[in-house]
Parts: sequence; C-alpha cells; structure tokens
Amino acid sequence: MESLLQSFLGDNLLTLVLYCALPLVFIILYELLAILGEVKISAFMQDRLGPMRTGPYGIIQPIADVLKLIQKEDITPKNADKFLFNLAPYLSFMAAYAAFAVVPFSSQYVGANLNLGAFYLLAIGSLNVAAIMMAGWASNNKYSLYGAMRGVAQIVSYEVPAAMMLVIVVIFVGSLNLQDIIVAQSGPIWNWIVFGGPKADVMLPSGQLFEASWINLVYLPFFLAAAVMYYITALAETNRTPFDIPEAESELVSGYHTEYSGMKFAMFFMSEYANMFLVSAVTAILFFGGWNSPFGTYVGELVNVQWLVPVEQFLWFAFKGLFFVFVIIWLRWTLPRLRVDQLMYMCWKVLIPFSFAIALIVGFLVVVL
Amino acid sequence: MSGYFKDIYDGIATAMVGMKITWGHLFTKSVTIQYPDVKHDIPERVRNRLYVNMDDCIGCDQCAKVCPVNCITIETAKSLPTEDLGETSTGNKKKLWVTKFDIDIGKCCYCGLCVFPCPTYCIFMTDVFEFSEYKREDLIYKFATLTEEEAAEKTANAVRQKQEQEEKKKAALEAKKKAEEESKAAEKQKPETGENEGADQKAPTT
Ligand code: SF4
Ligand code: SF4
Repeated sequence: MESLLQSFLGDNLLTLVLYCALPLVFIILYELLAILGEVKISAFMQDRLGPMRTGPYGIIQPIADVLKLIQKEDITPKNADKFLFNLAPYLSFMAAYAAFAVVPFSSQYVGANLNLGAFYLLAIGSLNVAAIMMAGWASNNKYSLYGAMRGVAQIVSYEVPAAMMLVIVVIFVGSLNLQDIIVAQSGPIWNWIVFGGPKADVMLPSGQLFEASWINLVYLPFFLAAAVMYYITALAETNRTPFDIPEAESELVSGYHTEYSGMKFAMFFMSEYANMFLVSAVTAILFFGGWNSPFGTYVGELVNVQWLVPVEQFLWFAFKGLFFVFVIIWLRWTLPRLRVDQLMYMCWKVLIPFSFAIALIVGFLVVVL
Repeated sequence: MSGYFKDIYDGIATAMVGMKITWGHLFTKSVTIQYPDVKHDIPERVRNRLYVNMDDCIGCDQCAKVCPVNCITIETAKSLPTEDLGETSTGNKKKLWVTKFDIDIGKCCYCGLCVFPCPTYCIFMTDVFEFSEYKREDLIYKFATLTEEEAAEKTANAVRQKQEQEEKKKAALEAKKKAEEESKAAEKQKPETGENEGADQKAPTT
C-alpha cells in the first residue's frame, strides 16, 4: 500500500500524511454509518421506525447531525481550567486514532507494522483514561468529576482482564505482532483462534514457523471463553451500556462530557465510536481471524486478479468489525446499566480469576503440546 | 462457591434471553404511524373541533346557556314579518337572524354538552383535531353567516320593528285609555254597560 502511494506521489511527506490519514477516512465513514445504525437499530428493537424525514428512510440523518454539531456554540465554562478543558477531547480522539496505527486493515495495509503491536494497543488504550480524567477534572462540575472518577476506576480495572486475554493469544501464537496473529489464523474458519487456532503449520510473516496440528482443538473451550471475556472487557473499556456508568445519563447528566458542546463534544463522540470499532476490530483480530476470509480462499485468488485480494481482506475485516459493533449496539438496547459495585464485582471477582486461570492453562498446554 | 458459579451462569443466560428478545423485536413490524402523512383512525363520537351548521341554527341560545365555560356567544335579531327565513332541515321555522355566533375554541373544554340540547342538531363535533394557531384571537371561530353590514341592518330592523311595535302599542294603549275615558264618561250617563272592560284589559298582554 505504501509503495503504491509512493509510486503515485513520490517519496515525500505528503505520501506519508496520506498514508496515515487512510484510517481516518475509514473512521469517519464508519462513524456516519454507526450513528445511523445506532438510531435505526435502537428504533427497530423498540418497534419504532427511527428518523424517517431526512432523506429516504432518514439515511442522511447522520450528516444532518454532524452539520448541527458544527453549528453549535462552543462553550467553555467560566470556572473551567481552559487549557485542559480544551485539550481533553482532542487527546481522547487522538488516543483512539493512535491505536488504529497498528490495526491491520488487510495484509497490505497496516499503519505501522510494529513487532510490539499488541503491547502498543494496550499502552495507547490507557491514554483515553487520561483524557477522561482531564475532561472531568477541568470541567469543574460535580457530575463531570463523578463521571470521570467512575470512568477511570472502570477502565483501569478492566484493563487487567483485557491485557490477560491479549496475553493468552500472544502466548499461543508466540508473537506480539498483530499481522503474525492474523496470518496464524489463515485458512478456513476452523483455523480461527476462537475455534482452537490453526490446525496445520503456518509460516508467519515474521519468518517464524508456527507448528500446529488438529490437537489444537483442546484449546477451543478456553479460547471461546477468552473471546467472550475479552468482548465483555472491551465493552467496559468503551463505556458502553451495560457498562456506561461514567456517562450514566440518568444519574450523571452525561458524565465527563456534561460541559462539552459543539465540536468538542463531537470529538468525544467520535472517540467513543472509534473506540467501539477499535475493540471490535481487536476482537476480530485476536479471535476471529482479522482480515482472513472464513472460506480460506479469496475470489481474487480464484479468478487470478491479485489486486482484488487485499480489497476482499479489507471487506472481511470491516465486516467483522462492524458485526461486533452491531453486537455492542444490540447489547446496549438489551441490558440495563450495572451498578458500580456489580461492575467491580464482575471485573475483580469473575473476569480476573477466570482470565488468570485460562492464561495458566493455555500456557501449560503451549508448553506441553 | 456454587452460588458464585450459579451467578455467572445466570448472568450469561439472562443476557442471552434478553438478546433473544431484542433480536426478535428487530424484525417486528414497527408500530410507528408517520403522523402528518398517515393518520390514526379516530373513533366515532370523538370530541374535537365544534362545527355549527348555520343553515339549521334557529338561534335559540340553548347551546350557549348550557356551556360550562361560557365560550359560545350568540346574538340574534328578530326578523321582519316581511322576511322569510325558511325552515331548518328538521322542519323548525326560523324566526331569528343570528347576527353573531362565536365559539372561543381556546376556552372550550370539549365536554360536548352544547351538542345535546340543540333542537335542530346543528352544533356538533367534527373529527378535525389539528387547528393550532399563532394568535389566541384566531381561536375564536365566527360562525355567523351574515356580513357585518347585514348584521347591523338586521339588528337595526329589529330595533325599528320593536320601536314601531311599541309605538303602536302605546298608541293602542292611549286609544284604549281614551275609549275608556269616553266609556266612563258614558258610564256616568249609563252605568249598566261594563262588559267591554274585560276584553280591553286582555288585549295588551298578547
Ligand atoms: S363542548 Fe362544552 S365547553 Fe365546548 S362549547 Fe360545547 S358546551 Fe362549551
Ligand atoms: S342550540 Fe342549536 S339551534 Fe340553538 S342556538 Fe345553539 S346551535 Fe343554534
């Protein structure tokens, strides 16, 4: 992908900027879709129709929403800490966007093919906490502060099981590089890690040979549980219902972004949706084969059109990500919000012991098998 | 310990149950009615905006009297004997010009009480329920069919007619007095004739 851009534009800064901006284009398009999806899915689940007036079936509603947000007055409260208050939304979106750097959209496109990809993902994910705390503290508002405190407590707690799930996959594949993790799952659907990982030897892009056989089926229950648990922690890290206690509009107005309006609010909004896709994508990468086709082969390979393969990979990746985003929305309109103590109970007493147990078992099996 | 595992199991199982329900509703037909385009069927005998069919109104003022919030104002004028106002569709003879028939629908509480006493069934509820206005005055509905000049003319006619009648009455009264005096004068001469008196006294009451 980079070489393709270079061949068009030459090896200069513009190429680099364009290369980095590609995920942004994707995020913005995805966000328009997700806003519409959220309102429509929630409406359908409640036997309503949702927005119907802007465009046929209300499909240009997200554009109207964006236009409205752009027009809104940008208010900074008088007693807020102006610098931090204005910085927080951008930091929040930056944190979400920075994580996309290591997300492989296809075998040909990944912003930065880091060998420490999985680790980087964890590290940058914590940056969002700083943004939330900053927003809550700088707003000088009790609701914001409460929301921020809850948000930080929640995200910091849930980072532990999330990291453990990641570690489980890393132990199994033996690489922190996300492309390695995805390539290890290439082939048909039963090679996905959620179904016990590859059943035959794979050559990883980093040059390692990943030895595997059908005996990997013993991993299936552990990885299945790990996938579900990762998804739950991911949900908690994005502050979505049922884990939306930092926002909790019925008790905290809207938590840490109570005081934000206009584009700054939009930045928080974008970062929430970007995070939603990010965790969905990571779930897909770690457990559901990333950009791999579930059939083990691509139309481009069958008809021998090479450039079609990455496009298909991207489509599969987007499809998997969007599917998990759909499940997040589905859950949001199904489950009520957890209480703070229930949230902590779930994290420290359920997810963490189980994740450690699974990590131990998987580690043991990797050594033994 | 078993309680702990049961809680986890219940947590997962109930979430699944909930997801199944919402999944089902995802494909349930929506109950939304696209309101301004599509309207709900409204039940019969519903009480909405009032309408008065002025062709049938005889100006009897019954509806105005019964209205608990006094939002109907009716003014009438007697027709001249030369004018024929025709009959209502129920066969009642119209005798009054209705010079003013205002309903302040902003005050109306839609009790429907005005509908029942109407002898000609000409005031009734319609199925129109969208009649918001920007100004309060616009909610005063004027049903009178006469133009202002006509109304003024009819009122003037009625006043004149009344005056004429009163004058006539006065004249008749005076004439009677005269006749009485004359008869009294005559009585003094002939005290036996007193039978006319009763008939004369009855006449002014009609
Ligand atoms: S409906 Fe009731 S309140 Fe309205 S005009 Fe008739 S009697 Fe008066
Ligand atoms: S009761 Fe009927 S006829 Fe009488 S004034 Fe009212 S509307 Fe006219």
